[in-house]
Amino acid sequence: MLYRPVFISAIFLLMFAVIGSGLVAYTFDSTEERIAENQRRALLNSLNELVPSDRYDNNIFSDILMVSEPELLGTDEPVPVYRARKGGWPVAAVLSPVAPDGYNGNIRLLVAVNLDGTLAGVRVVQHRETPGLGDGIEARRSDWILGFDGKSLSNTATKEWQVKRDGGGFDQFTGATITPRAVVKTVHKALVYFRTHRQSMFEQSPEETAADK
Amino acid sequence: MNPFQNIVRDGLWTNNVGLVQLLGLCPLLAVTATFINGLGLGLATLITLVASNVTVSMIRKLVRPEVRIPLFVLVIASIVTIIELSMSAWFYELYKVLGIFIPLIVTNCSIIGRAEAFASKNTVGRSFLDGFSMGLGFLLVLVALGTLREIIGQGTLFSQAHLMFGEAARSMTIHFVDSYNGFLLAVLPPGAFIGLGLLIAMKNLVDRRRETRAKLIPAPADQAAQATN
Repeated sequence: MLYRPVFISAIFLLMFAVIGSGLVAYTFDSTEERIAENQRRALLNSLNELVPSDRYDNNIFSDILMVSEPELLGTDEPVPVYRARKGGWPVAAVLSPVAPDGYNGNIRLLVAVNLDGTLAGVRVVQHRETPGLGDGIEARRSDWILGFDGKSLSNTATKEWQVKRDGGGFDQFTGATITPRAVVKTVHKALVYFRTHRQSMFEQSPEETAADK
Repeated sequence: MNPFQNIVRDGLWTNNVGLVQLLGLCPLLAVTATFINGLGLGLATLITLVASNVTVSMIRKLVRPEVRIPLFVLVIASIVTIIELSMSAWFYELYKVLGIFIPLIVTNCSIIGRAEAFASKNTVGRSFLDGFSMGLGFLLVLVALGTLREIIGQGTLFSQAHLMFGEAARSMTIHFVDSYNGFLLAVLPPGAFIGLGLLIAMKNLVDRRRETRAKLIPAPADQAAQATN
């Protein structure tokens, strides 16, 4: 008899847990598609900023290569390479390297490289740099990130791939050197990665990489 | 004053979540760098408060007191998760800006506080009004702080309004000073503390003014009392 109230309470809690989870599950189910679509569109928008949609005709989302190269791409996890082709011919590749040495943790980038090795553009996808100082790397805050457009390993010497304070060719911001330094270094490494892997990068089809695993 | 007016007054002024109870300071200070961010989080919190108050009030007679707290947490967590999912479905950009602070609404003490202190003892109608007033009070503080920090910190108002109102609102941004360099302190967390401090000081100042004025002009009831003496 003593256990009766406990039992009733437990049943009551369980009932509410079930109702709560049910509602959450229902919402998840009905929003899942929309959320995936939002994420896809957001990614496509940033990809199209780098490689305009008239430059390729393949499905840039499914033409993905997952690569893992901790030394040059800054992360142990496999990161995607989006490949743009037109009429079957390679046009550009968009790498997703990580700058591990930002002022405040990782800075995730999209680095688009044309087939000839010049940069089609660079964008910051995610960062936690100081607002007002380090966030000048965002395209909506300043034009700094556009300075990479057209640069390549052949038209910019290795020692130029540094911020000006370190003797290189890229501006730093007032009050923030670490953030641009990390970005410049990561973009440079991504270009080196592209140069060494250019051949294999466009040859492998997504199916092959899936089979590799 | 009737009880309903009292509830509204409590939420908006006398017992304001942000200025008097000082609850939910973590999101309050973290996201109020701009007007739009403040409005976004304020609305999400407002909806959560109303929904949790109404639900808790509806089940208040069924709940055994020993299990009420876990039950409230369950209700609030479910509501917040649903709001989070809906936001990322319909306001994806804003959701990305507010990030972790949406799921963290669960831990906003004011929500479980109102559930425990008010909704579990009052009718559905009153609980709804209480949730709405408390939420609105919190939203107004968020928006005031966001406005203050955005104007001082960036020299703009309503920047990034398109996150909430669609592409048409992109032009809503007001620039007060051309090529404003920004005042970093207002954008960074210390600016949030200073700004909130100023808001609280202003509220106290208004309260004190009112008090002194009430003393200078004695209420009719007091005069009656004096007369009998």
